[in-house]
Amino acid sequence: MSRTITIDPVTRIEGHSKITIQLSDDGQVEDARFHVTQFRGFEKLSEGRPFHEMPALTARVCGICPVSHLTASAKTCDALLAVTPPRTARNLRRIMNLSQIIQSHALSFFHLSSPDLVMGMDADPAKRHLFGVAQAKPQLAMDGIALRKFGQQIIELLGGKRIHPAWIVPGGVSHPLSAEDRDTILAMVPEALVQAQRTLDWYKSVFGQFSDEIRTFANFPTLFMGMVNPEGLMSMYAGKIRIVNAMGEIVADQLEPSSYQQWLAEAVEPDSYLKSPYYKPMGYPEGIFRVGPLARLNLIKACGTTRADEELAEFRGLQRGAVLSSFHYHYARLIEIIYCIERIRNLLNDPDILSDHVRAHAEPNAFEGVGMSEAPRGTLLHHYKINRDGHIEWVNMIIATGNNNLAMNKGVYQVARNFIRGEKIQEGMLNRVEAVIRTFDPCLSCSTHAFGQMPLQVQLLAPDGAVLDERFQA
Amino acid sequence: MKRSSKASIKTLKIDGIDVAAREHETILELAQENGIFIPTLCHVEGLSEYGGCRLCMVEIKGSNRLLPACMTTVEEGMEVVTNSEKLQSYRTMIMDMLFSERNHICSVCVSNGNCDLQYMSVKLGMTHIGVPYLNPSVPVDTSHDYFVMDHNRCILCQRCVRVCGEVEWAATKGVMGRGINTRIIHDLNQPWGDSDTCTSCGKCVNICPTGALFEKGKSAGEMVKRRDWLPYLKLMHED
Ligand code: SF4
Ligand code: SF4
Repeated sequence: MSRTITIDPVTRIEGHSKITIQLSDDGQVEDARFHVTQFRGFEKLSEGRPFHEMPALTARVCGICPVSHLTASAKTCDALLAVTPPRTARNLRRIMNLSQIIQSHALSFFHLSSPDLVMGMDADPAKRHLFGVAQAKPQLAMDGIALRKFGQQIIELLGGKRIHPAWIVPGGVSHPLSAEDRDTILAMVPEALVQAQRTLDWYKSVFGQFSDEIRTFANFPTLFMGMVNPEGLMSMYAGKIRIVNAMGEIVADQLEPSSYQQWLAEAVEPDSYLKSPYYKPMGYPEGIFRVGPLARLNLIKACGTTRADEELAEFRGLQRGAVLSSFHYHYARLIEIIYCIERIRNLLNDPDILSDHVRAHAEPNAFEGVGMSEAPRGTLLHHYKINRDGHIEWVNMIIATGNNNLAMNKGVYQVARNFIRGEKIQEGMLNRVEAVIRTFDPCLSCSTHAFGQMPLQVQLLAPDGAVLDERFQA
Repeated sequence: MKRSSKASIKTLKIDGIDVAAREHETILELAQENGIFIPTLCHVEGLSEYGGCRLCMVEIKGSNRLLPACMTTVEEGMEVVTNSEKLQSYRTMIMDMLFSERNHICSVCVSNGNCDLQYMSVKLGMTHIGVPYLNPSVPVDTSHDYFVMDHNRCILCQRCVRVCGEVEWAATKGVMGRGINTRIIHDLNQPWGDSDTCTSCGKCVNICPTGALFEKGKSAGEMVKRRDWLPYLKLMHED
């Protein structure tokens, strides 16, 4: 079903996704593709605007992770100003970014995916939603809602009660953190840690039942890309790029975000508006990589926080080398929630966090800037060019969902091959195709607007292109 | 505006309420003194009246024309109506046109949350814009060292022009063109930063009701206009 969701005149994201599955002459699945249309015209909108507007403007690209765009955009603007924001400002931005990751991961895991995990992939779609989970596993549903709220509350406390906080600004943040707000957040931490740990323990007790899905949900060797700090520890806000291969071996390390064009290239698929980035030295399609929680856990040396590192050690035991099944994105997401909570606590305990020196002021000093950060769904990159007057002339954004595009296509293909029988689309197959895409948590507006049900059109095509079967998931 | 010391008192009715006014007072001033709301965007106490935004139109008994409250002086026995269905529909129409004529994207605007135009649209109960957007391509002038002029957000209220000429006495800002092609200009239509007359006092920036004039470096929602000096305008002006 194609639906246009217009959020406001700035966003205009088309939440429209479609999957086509192509059968060969002998009735086997030959190809499967995930088509997406989004962000058209966004770059045009930014043209000629003063670059200071970009954080707020790009925050509207996505209603789900505005903070991630704010962060990447503000870092790009820092580069244009050629300033380093004060340490406290960097840490405050980190806290907001981590909170965003928590709330987004909670949404993905609990609201969107837990119905599949609790009720099973073949359950009646009419019962497979968060309310069903609330009946079957009330504690789980409550923890999910609480964790999402935890992230949202911190964002609100830092940025003021706005859906799109404009608190992260070029040069730093707009106002410091009060002692009262710090204490409020710190007081919420222990409870959040308990909730996250309880969920993870539950997940570890059930994911074994999904061996078929683990085997077939985009389970194949790829590269993994993400940011690390100079010591190779997890870093969501600042750092450089590391790429590991399917064996977990480092292929490239400490790549400069600002020179991304040297090591990253984008392939344009004729049938999707999502561009598909790949690691340039290895070419296309060998250079395809995955980003996001699974990738990050595969490539870091350690998280750098106690509990998350204990869980990471166990996670690494799943497989020698890198963990390859995209089903484990769920697992990785839960570990990251724990990491984010611990990290927020540590940052808040830094005595400098209350400093009121939170913004560097400058005129634009560079005509080109790149900013990179880790968003819930993976590495996010903004790249702007401005003229002498500080007006935007050119914009490029590489978004996490785009980064995972090639892997998502392969995942859909894998599931289709394993679960398509004959010339009909069965319910269980439909659910699994939807679920494999959901493991990547793509930030299509539709995936959350429909609250757990992705408006999706699936077509089964004969070798000559005739439509054999068609299903809508709404 | 010179006022005679022996001003005579006039009595009239606004919305059925008996009010007493000084001679030469405008209906708008009188209404504001009595806490009666009449919308306006171009009027600023202490500056000359321009009568350009037309939001303050009122009905006067015995006249079949609508009259701008800011330009109409009180008369003995007048009966003024400040709010009626007809006035409401006219006012919304004016607001529709103000919004559609340029590009107002509040969510990313520096003045979001602190904007007179936005405030007025809420106050007048607007829920949508009733005419198609023109989406014009208009420039942003960032040539000044401290300030930005974003024509996308300008409503041509000419507050900036008046404060610049009447209070700062620089007369840097002016108006050029007609109809929808009207633009605020600096000196002889040159970039603001190249102006020889601008003293960089910032009065225009702070008096501007919208995000059209703002301080450089401000991000969305960050531009809060400082208006605490406005009450002194009148004094400065009269001296
Ligand atoms: S000037 Fe006011 S009404 Fe126009 S976009 Fe800015 S905030 Fe909105
Ligand atoms: S710049 Fe501001 S004060 Fe000047 S005319 Fe435009 S809206 Fe009015």
